[in-house]
Amino acid sequence: MAEKVLARASGRDRVHPGEFVTGNIDVLMGHDLSFFNAYELMIQNGYKKVWDPNKIVVTIDHAVPAPNIRSAETHRKMREYVEAQGIKNFYDAGVGICHQVLPEKGHALPGRLIVGGDSHTTTYGALGVASCGIGYSEVAYVMVKGALWFRVPETIQFLLKGGMPPGVSSKDIILKIAGQYTTEVAQYKAVEFAGPAAKSLSVEQRMTISNMGVEIGAKFAFFEADDKTMAYLQGRTNQSVRPFGPDPDARYLEIYQLDISSLEPQVAFPHNVDHVKSISEVGEIPVQQALIGSCTNGRGEDLMRAAAILKGRKVHRRTRLVVIPASHEIYTQFVKSGSIQTFLEAGAMVGPPGCGPCYGGHLGILAPGETAISSTNRNFKGRMGSPESFVYLASPETVAASAVEGKVADPRKYLRG
Amino acid sequence: MSIIITGKVWKFGDHINTDYMHPSFGREEPWEMRKKYILHIHKAFTERCQPGDVIVAGRNFGCGSSREGAPTNLKQLGIGCVVAESFGRIFFRNCIAVALPVMACKGVSELFKEGEVLQLDFENALVQNLTTGNEIKGPALAPDLISIVKAGGILELLKRESQRHP
Repeated sequence: MAEKVLARASGRDRVHPGEFVTGNIDVLMGHDLSFFNAYELMIQNGYKKVWDPNKIVVTIDHAVPAPNIRSAETHRKMREYVEAQGIKNFYDAGVGICHQVLPEKGHALPGRLIVGGDSHTTTYGALGVASCGIGYSEVAYVMVKGALWFRVPETIQFLLKGGMPPGVSSKDIILKIAGQYTTEVAQYKAVEFAGPAAKSLSVEQRMTISNMGVEIGAKFAFFEADDKTMAYLQGRTNQSVRPFGPDPDARYLEIYQLDISSLEPQVAFPHNVDHVKSISEVGEIPVQQALIGSCTNGRGEDLMRAAAILKGRKVHRRTRLVVIPASHEIYTQFVKSGSIQTFLEAGAMVGPPGCGPCYGGHLGILAPGETAISSTNRNFKGRMGSPESFVYLASPETVAASAVEGKVADPRKYLRG
Repeated sequence: MSIIITGKVWKFGDHINTDYMHPSFGREEPWEMRKKYILHIHKAFTERCQPGDVIVAGRNFGCGSSREGAPTNLKQLGIGCVVAESFGRIFFRNCIAVALPVMACKGVSELFKEGEVLQLDFENALVQNLTTGNEIKGPALAPDLISIVKAGGILELLKRESQRHP
């Protein structure tokens, strides 16, 4: 799939792994930490106009609502910049996290080549998009040129088989892969997640896996764009959308098989994403904060599954539960479906859509010595606050169960019949 | 002419992520304070790193976030180059983009002890340990990438172009 997209984007019939090509970019994404810096660099280097305002998507999602004067000023300038450039695809504070907003608003379409000033840009691979993160100097370069150099990556495949056990979700699959094959298994490579279990996952669940593709080193993290993808995109775009997948004779550098039918909930221990154990091997770990949200696991189904565990229960008195829906659309559904009521009755705090605590920004920073369990994507030392704090990563279900018990807990015992 | 970098080695292990090079905590503090947090997982480095020093690291150096503050912080400390067994891909791209010489070279970790002197011939991908006399040759970077670094970064290329065609 990577080779097909890069061949089209570079105007060639075929490309081969290891080749360097210049790819024309279909969509450039930038947010308040990347677009802002990149735009100022573009101006400083002598350019006044972006290459194509219709191909740039801008979000304000990291520091929202503005926690300090500096962020507020950044946001104010960004609004001026997008106005000046005629960038219509601008999603201001409150709309949601970029990696939810781009699929939701129909910008992440199968077969496209998308680069973004954020490492989790791999998320759109869930919809068959070749998408990856870049730094802000390269964002500035693309803003001007509309193209960027790429090394055509080798492709590896994860063949997922078996039915998903109760209480287990796609987060557990990607944590299992990180734990078993390490965070460099896909280094410099494109990944395709395939097989019956991959097909059976919803688009939202696929997004969790593609999102964390970058945590195993991947450049692109594809699922085949199938009828589920088409159904997801229905009503989200005016463009014609077609299924997109690998050629039948596609060759892979490696194929890894994973049977998920006996998979247990997984937990990544501090301070690395591949430091993973099954829930039955975890032991006694008290948590002061539990977080459900982020571009990894802040979607509708994530909140519903967590709500099913919290229903009629209370958050432990020594633990605080923070819930942050990934977008305004998800938040609205959260309210309409009544799930929010479950969270509020359990004693949770519900925050506005945004990245907030995941990157140690705001809305739930950890003190020295504190421990959190989180549905987010990274548990690096100091990621969510103090360098003397600890972050465990898990699925929304496991985080919800842990919030109830005040310690890392197995969600399966809370599932009804 | 090739870029030749010589400097005293600081050693790092595997999977050093970009959060450690540009942490969220302390990001509002002035540079003099903030620079002490760069690669805070290696205390001696934060206390005694000098401009001109170089980094030798293990596998997957610079994994994680796309934050460009990671390579620019290292540049601002005066780090001459980074040679590692392998790199996180976005960090690698960002180093090229901001013209911090980088080289992926299997076996380089074994070649150096902390405090020894490294010399990198960037274009020819030759790493020498001037303390022990051992050397190792890595795969050379693509010529296009070498020219980005030689130009002073990807934005320097843009700037030159805008000056040619204003």
